[in-house]
Amino acid sequence: MSARALINVPKQAKRGDVIEIKTLISHQMETGFRHGTNGRMIPRDIITTFTAKYEGEEIFSTTFFPAIAANPFVTFYAVADKSGTFTFTWEGDNGFSVTEEAKIAVA
Amino acid sequence: MLMRFKITRRDALLLGGMAAAGAASPTPSAAVPGQMEAAIRKAIGDAKVQKGRVTLDLPPLVENGNSVPMTVTVASPMTENDRVKAIHVFNEKNPQANVISVQFGPHAGKAEVSTRIRLADTQKITAIAVMSDGTCWSDTQDVVVTLAACLEDLQP
Repeated sequence: MSARALINVPKQAKRGDVIEIKTLISHQMETGFRHGTNGRMIPRDIITTFTAKYEGEEIFSTTFFPAIAANPFVTFYAVADKSGTFTFTWEGDNGFSVTEEAKIAVA
Repeated sequence: MLMRFKITRRDALLLGGMAAAGAASPTPSAAVPGQMEAAIRKAIGDAKVQKGRVTLDLPPLVENGNSVPMTVTVASPMTENDRVKAIHVFNEKNPQANVISVQFGPHAGKAEVSTRIRLADTQKITAIAVMSDGTCWSDTQDVVVTLAACLEDLQP
């Protein structure tokens, strides 16, 4: 399964700034509570966890439940204190796993 | 003499009973129905939940329950020793009471998170923040949903 992830991290920041990070990933987030056209329950297929790391250190993580809308969108904040790489990982049902990176230059 | 003894004993028992009842009087402000309460206890354990410090931002009237913008903000300085560790959001009437659980690391800049959620019915949403000192704070919002999510089946 291919999934498109969009990430918005500022390219530059001043040391100590609080920066806003926006992430969006394409995923249907099938709840597992719906019936298909054949009357059977459609099995659950959701992203269960999202983790954001900053130079290897975890800054933010979430556990998603079926109550999260399709194409999960998350906005959160980090303190920019060093130039480096943000790593974002989404994992979910049926072996779903996507990792994306974004760089920031801190002056 | 015997009579008098009995009365005092009964009085003592009565008083004791009243004191015990007073101590055990319920602490949470509003009653939360079973499923939601169970999910809350599973997430935060026995911790006492107090009202305040948390702001749960949801539209009061939702036309499409499939995608409802939600922002949770917690009043916290987010320093090393005084910060928000986690935010849990719960609903009352979806098939599953959990909505999202968020964990903040030491470099999280603000105790704030935005996402989009699904709502199956007109209901109450509760956000609970767990602080680094172990206290729990909450906020609850009522949301009116006109088109429900989650439960509609695919049309042939």
